[in-house]
Amino acid sequence: MTFPDGTRALSDVSFDVDRGEFVTIVGPSGCGKSTLLKIASGLLNATAGEIAVDRDRIGYVFQDATLLPWRTVRRNVELLAELHGIDKAERATLAQTAIDLVGLQGFENHFPRSLSGGMKMRASLARTLTLKPPVFLFDEPFGAVDEITRERLNEETLRLFEQEKFAGLFITHSISEAVFLSTKVYVMSARPGRLVASFDVPFDYPRRPDIRFDARFAELCGQVSLALRGAHS
Amino acid sequence: MSDPTAFDPVEAIIADAGQMPEAKRSRGSTFAAVVLPPLAVGAAIVGLWYFISLVVLDPKRRFLLQPPHEVWSVGFADWDNFSTMLEGMWSSSKVAFWGLLIAILLGFLLAVIMSQAKVVERAIFPYAVVLQAIPILAIVPLIGFWFGYGFSSRVLVCVIIALFPIVVNTLFGLLSAEQGMHDLFTLHKASRLTRLRRLMFPAALPAVFAGLRISAGLSVIGAIVGDFFFGQGAVGIGQLLKRYANRLEGEQLFASVILSSALGVSVFLFFGWLSGRLIGKWAGESRGN
Repeated sequence: MTFPDGTRALSDVSFDVDRGEFVTIVGPSGCGKSTLLKIASGLLNATAGEIAVDRDRIGYVFQDATLLPWRTVRRNVELLAELHGIDKAERATLAQTAIDLVGLQGFENHFPRSLSGGMKMRASLARTLTLKPPVFLFDEPFGAVDEITRERLNEETLRLFEQEKFAGLFITHSISEAVFLSTKVYVMSARPGRLVASFDVPFDYPRRPDIRFDARFAELCGQVSLALRGAHS
Repeated sequence: MSDPTAFDPVEAIIADAGQMPEAKRSRGSTFAAVVLPPLAVGAAIVGLWYFISLVVLDPKRRFLLQPPHEVWSVGFADWDNFSTMLEGMWSSSKVAFWGLLIAILLGFLLAVIMSQAKVVERAIFPYAVVLQAIPILAIVPLIGFWFGYGFSSRVLVCVIIALFPIVVNTLFGLLSAEQGMHDLFTLHKASRLTRLRRLMFPAALPAVFAGLRISAGLSVIGAIVGDFFFGQGAVGIGQLLKRYANRLEGEQLFASVILSSALGVSVFLFFGWLSGRLIGKWAGESRGN
């Protein structure tokens, strides 16, 4: 991927994500991780290479919650169904199910400005869930929330994945988040971004939050961290 | 947060720390704290007025600034005088209303067109700036020459004065939706019209209302200015101001000035109130209230 100004953002990136797989890419800031997602989603066209993604009902969770401030939580969650022309009654059911799933019941009629960062992110997740997307792209969605909230949101994302078995592609620079969620972790080098290492995560689903304290978890995090250092220097 | 069973303690703490105390404080700010300070300044102004009128000016020159109670009794309490002024106000209000309405429709249309393509914006925007930069006095003769000295010329002055803030604010508002939101609409293949209706219009509302408040005040000024120059037909408050000044009728002059500023203030407050009603729930406390 080369931008018109000559910046080479990505080169030689190749991988597959199947349904039931959760692939995470970790890399330093500015390595082209977000560019990769934009290409996968079709927001950007790659300057070279091939890409095949089921984009019919693509799920894309942005860095910010990108909730529409003039809509209540419920109406925000209904938005995508609305854009896809799903009728009102079904929309309402889909939205309520998604809201319950992310634990936002009771906040349906709140406007985004009265929600905390974590709750906004949940609403954003719920909005994406309404479409039951076969492909779920996450662009560093929990980068802006505090550590405690982040861990909880990680657990909830995991629960959603276990339940829905979508194909997940997650971008982050948190190593523990990557290992905790994924079936596979790729390490990306600094620009132009290349995949320089890959790690299979041996833990079975459903995963319990306390695998974070498992010795194998720590060891794997250490290996990813080393690879990341190597890619960066 | 009224339902305690649906309460998430972690989130609640975060939400509480962020939002609630401030909201409660501003709602709870007492009547006295809000009303007394401006009232005190008002009283000081009236006091200064009395002082100048009764102490500084000697009785022979008092007509230059009649004391407030004289303004009241001659300007407001005398029905003959007051009803003339009210008729003038009514006529000027109509001019301001039509001028503002036309400016809103035209401004909206221009802003929407400009928001659709950068090249259109570049093509039109300079002329909006030119229109704004023309000193209204410079084109008054031209307007009179083309459109006569009556109602339509007065309205046109209003439109010219009020148009620019509406165009600029609406355009700014339409373009204010975040890139992420646009991406979301792109991903889900929203049409141009859907994007406009569901994303750009609502996103523009806060800026539109800010523009409306400015333009509404300007259109009142435009009505009075237009009245000064185009005095045919139903006479507005501008013509009255001129007449009172020529006849050295200080009381009526003052009363008319007070009435016309009251009109300006009330349209400003009206649009502030409307903005609070329509978008206050999500756009935050509207400023200026």
